[in-house]
Amino acid sequence: MTIQTEHIGMNRTGIQMSPIDSKAMQDVDPNMMSHDGGDESAMAELRTDYIAHADALGSIPLPGTITGAVNMGVQMLKGDSPQILLDKLGERLAFERTGTRLYDALITKCEVMLDGDISMTIEDLEQIRADEARHFLLISDAIESLGGDPTSQTPSADVVGVESMGLVQILNDPRTSVAQSLHAIVTAELSDKAGWETLIALADEHELSEMVDDFTQALNQEREHLALVQTWYEEAIGLTYGDVELDNPANAGGESIAP
Amino acid sequence: MAFGLFDSKGTSIDNQRFSWRDMVQKPISKLDDDAFTRVRVILVNGLENEALRFGHMAARFNRDLRLPLAKIRRTEQHQATMVNWLIAADHSPLETTIAYEQVAIEITAAIAQREPDPYLAQVYRFGLLEDFDHLYRYSALLDRLEGKDANNILQSYTDVLPGRPTMEHHRAPEDDLRDPYNAKTADFMTKLHALTIVASEYQTHDYYMNVGPLFSDTVARQLYAEIASVEEQHVTQYESMLDPTESWIEQWVLHEANECYNYYSCIEHETNHHIKAIWERFLDYELGHFHMACEALKQYEKRDPAEIVTADFASPLEFRSQRDFVRKVLVAEVDLRADGTRFVDKANESPLSQSYRNIVNADGSPSEAVASGYVWLPGTELNRKSTMRTRSVTGRAPDTTTP
Repeated sequence: MTIQTEHIGMNRTGIQMSPIDSKAMQDVDPNMMSHDGGDESAMAELRTDYIAHADALGSIPLPGTITGAVNMGVQMLKGDSPQILLDKLGERLAFERTGTRLYDALITKCEVMLDGDISMTIEDLEQIRADEARHFLLISDAIESLGGDPTSQTPSADVVGVESMGLVQILNDPRTSVAQSLHAIVTAELSDKAGWETLIALADEHELSEMVDDFTQALNQEREHLALVQTWYEEAIGLTYGDVELDNPANAGGESIAP
Repeated sequence: MAFGLFDSKGTSIDNQRFSWRDMVQKPISKLDDDAFTRVRVILVNGLENEALRFGHMAARFNRDLRLPLAKIRRTEQHQATMVNWLIAADHSPLETTIAYEQVAIEITAAIAQREPDPYLAQVYRFGLLEDFDHLYRYSALLDRLEGKDANNILQSYTDVLPGRPTMEHHRAPEDDLRDPYNAKTADFMTKLHALTIVASEYQTHDYYMNVGPLFSDTVARQLYAEIASVEEQHVTQYESMLDPTESWIEQWVLHEANECYNYYSCIEHETNHHIKAIWERFLDYELGHFHMACEALKQYEKRDPAEIVTADFASPLEFRSQRDFVRKVLVAEVDLRADGTRFVDKANESPLSQSYRNIVNADGSPSEAVASGYVWLPGTELNRKSTMRTRSVTGRAPDTTTP
């Protein structure tokens, strides 16, 4: 039993659904086709000039407090790159905040659609949602501790915002199934896990041991989220544990997917 | 089935009501609905937006008409919303663009064949070959930027082939104006055809102006800039077909009649029952608007609406693939160019347009760059295995045996 609601029907997008029209469409006098012998390189050439002369998305904000500015200056003198850490903290903050909203959307959908066919419950989702919101606040505190402004949108925060737009669309479309929504959530969690790993490495480079500890805890929770949502997604499309080799690293990416 | 505008009073304006829930209905399915359902949705949205635009301009010039026009515009606004919101959110802006060009091609081709005035039919055929080429350029962009097949939207009804090259559409304003019909002698349907195409091209222009900046890719940004400019020329061209001596109220009557004609045509062809019910409801609304406009004509101009609405609609506008007609026009007229209001062979094109074109194309042509060597294949050009020119990272040689 699966809760995937996609069905077989009159999908008209492929050429097999309109054999007469498709044949006519492809029955073209070769003289009517392009013969300029070109390829995509003309597009690449047009893009190259823009890439070479583009401005950046924007800047990493200067710390607005004296302590923050002094901290940043001292670290820069030591040869560190505190601005990269601030940018990446801003990225994780933005992603956790959007992630919280993605779970809000999934909870609303599941309140209507979840029918007990998979092991996921609303309570599970609420717990993950609370973790995401807590992670957002954790990062916010971390930015403040460095004298940064957690309300600013850093360039990397902007990038994950654009990346996440498709996820927001899928989760909030009333037509998407729980399985389709979980697919989007798996995408988010995969990216989130990688993001935390990078952030911990950066905090470690800056010898911010308290942050490393806090972030490692958050990473462990994110790993758990990923394992859970992957399992729920597989259940939702009808995969059972009998179908996958749980212990095979090629399948699990080195992580156990058992909850 | 023929349809008479004076046979029913429609829904009175005071009973044309909406709630937000009512306005935002289930959208069409990008995957399962017939492409012509989407064509109708887009066309009708264009007509509703034209109604709003015209209503505002008419109100600026006519104090006495301000209240009835305001009442009607309130409904038109909500009709436009309900219709435009039928486009589902899984259409990327570029996929919707493909659909807009499909509308331009199939509707212009249908109208070109029904238009009784041979000069205006020529105008439609001239514009048709340009929108046809826009579809080809945007299809190349969809394939090469998003990795998607334009035919998922077109459903094999409309060809993806080069037309009159977009880089040659850029003309001097002097060569975009056409001779108008004469309101006193022109066929009633001639006036409705013109209004339909003006509405369709206007919303296409506005759509490209809105979505162009949504793209990060500079090829897309340039291509939308280029084609939006041509759409503005098309609005100029088609708008100039309208007789400038028609009074404001006469134009209003024609606008409402045209909306009735298009909803009637949609009803006759619609395959989606949910959407058909919307067309039926809105035909009744438009009949209500039409009769209000007729009343204004009688009251303020002491004229009989039958002077303007001279016949019943004998048959609906056709919503079907016009492939054979389009190909014939393509072969016969691709080399036509403009010289003032006349159409001439390429060799005799107006020098004004040639020099204007040299200015806008001075730094290269996005429409040429995007479609360089592009040949549409089912499933995108990546289905042509000879395009796999790079060795795979695992060291396996690509399969280049299949052409």
